[in-house]
Amino acid sequence: MDLLKSLPLEHAESQPTDWAEEAVRADFPILATHYNGQQLVYLDSASTTQKPQSVIDALVAYYWSSNANVHRGIYRLSLEATRHFDAARLKVMSFLNAREAGEIVFVRGSTEGINLVADSFGRHRVGPGDEILVSAMEHHANIVPWQVFCERQGAKLQVAPIDDQGELIWDELNRLITDRTKLVAVVHVSNTLGTINPIRKIVDLAHQRGAVVLVDGAQAAPHLKIDVQSLGCDFYVISGHKVYGPTGIGALYGKRALLEAMPPYQTGGDMIRSVSWDRTTYNSPPQKFEAGTPDIAGAIGLGAAIDYLRKFPVEAIAGHEHDLLVRATDGLSSIPGLRIVGQAADKAAVLSFVLDGVHPHDIGTVLDQRGIAVRSGHHCTQPLMDRLGVPGTTRMSFGLYNTRAEVDAAVRAVAEVKELFRC
Amino acid sequence: MLNDELRELYQDVILDHQRCPRNFGALPDATHRAEGFNPLCGDRILLSLEFDGERIRRVMFTGAGCAISTASASLLTDALVGNTLEEAQELSRRFRALVTGQTPSPTDSAKDLPALDKLRPLAGVRQFPVRVKCATLPWHTLESAINGQAEAPVSTE
Repeated sequence: MDLLKSLPLEHAESQPTDWAEEAVRADFPILATHYNGQQLVYLDSASTTQKPQSVIDALVAYYWSSNANVHRGIYRLSLEATRHFDAARLKVMSFLNAREAGEIVFVRGSTEGINLVADSFGRHRVGPGDEILVSAMEHHANIVPWQVFCERQGAKLQVAPIDDQGELIWDELNRLITDRTKLVAVVHVSNTLGTINPIRKIVDLAHQRGAVVLVDGAQAAPHLKIDVQSLGCDFYVISGHKVYGPTGIGALYGKRALLEAMPPYQTGGDMIRSVSWDRTTYNSPPQKFEAGTPDIAGAIGLGAAIDYLRKFPVEAIAGHEHDLLVRATDGLSSIPGLRIVGQAADKAAVLSFVLDGVHPHDIGTVLDQRGIAVRSGHHCTQPLMDRLGVPGTTRMSFGLYNTRAEVDAAVRAVAEVKELFRC
Repeated sequence: MLNDELRELYQDVILDHQRCPRNFGALPDATHRAEGFNPLCGDRILLSLEFDGERIRRVMFTGAGCAISTASASLLTDALVGNTLEEAQELSRRFRALVTGQTPSPTDSAKDLPALDKLRPLAGVRQFPVRVKCATLPWHTLESAINGQAEAPVSTE
């Protein structure tokens, strides 16, 4: 127990005063849940965030009072549903600072956004001798679509390596982006390491050499200000459920000219202009890429989540989460035998660690008994685990509703694991 | 403090086998081998068996995994020695019933199976449904080794 007492949990600096912790938590009904007689401590927002009441209400309100198919009926209810759906697209446009609504394609999530680009963008532009470059810290969602794509097109998949801190090695990246590189697919914030990648710099380099850039923004959108125009990227994907919105909805941003030139991804209703047995013509973006009835409720829910997030200055969210990240890093670092995995200079609210002699799943089980939800395993980044030489990690990730008390409880529970395993 | 379920799950016998796994290594002259894999957590185990006539002479394992799967594999290598194939399969069945919390049938209860007693420290896993697969991974791997399906790793998913 000496170890527990010695943890530096009493920090000298004071809590940021501009963060209304209790009011924020009250917006998320699930946080009042109890497990094993203990209040839920949810530290797995990088997997999926909890939902504020306003998002839940928006879903219910849509089904309750506006449900109809979009872009079809001439009756009032359908027009109302269409108006809500279109408004949601404008919210996403504004959230990412795209130039126009036509640059925002609704998809099921980041994974589908990446698959769409791999399938549609590359089909006619990438062939034998060409290369796609991804980074060594990508999520499987930004690896496997490119593996399959490269195999199909006869192209080569290159991997930009990282250093032991979990940062891209710039010289290697510089060397690997060549005139053969057709597309660079890179994560904005690593879901395993928390590393924030220098997207603007990567985009400049790639554009100089004629490659387009797709950014996996799934983990960045809840923590950073996203401005696709200032980043200069060609494609950017987000998942609604990681920004306090519903599952099953996400968005792909693509530059208008690229989307115009790309063939459809899926085909069917809504994505067409006219259909006859002789000839079918396609709709303009974004409808060209949205075959079938879309997830109307999901889009409206995502819009509500963006409205919710925008109640807070992005600097306030980042400041609060940074405070939690620093506190957790300090607390965990004081536990002997514990190593933080991912020590980039620039990190978002994700913290991975390994503890000598204890497997991440055993840590996860002990923490769960304390009502503390963390992720254990490879985090869908198996090549990264191989690179780091660990079978998996335990990961804490923070959302705007987390508190210093929760961080302290989690650190204390990890120290208890050590006690239990006598390691 | 730690609750009873956790204390039962991570009891001394389990932690001892995790820290110092018995029969860790590979048998060069193994007659039966198999690899088990849990894609959910990445746990991997390679099991090799050597026979002396009808009976198992030795079992060894390698691999990497959590405390539960490591201890379960270690206990398995001890428990199987001297068993025939049929006895090993019977033990496997009874073990899986033990860790999934199935009530033993009257015929099972009556049948004495001393080797099962060695495995009882793992019974605590029944309180943790998500961890049952960790305990059964070595036993699934055993079934695969016995049935000669060693070509592809047996998966828990």
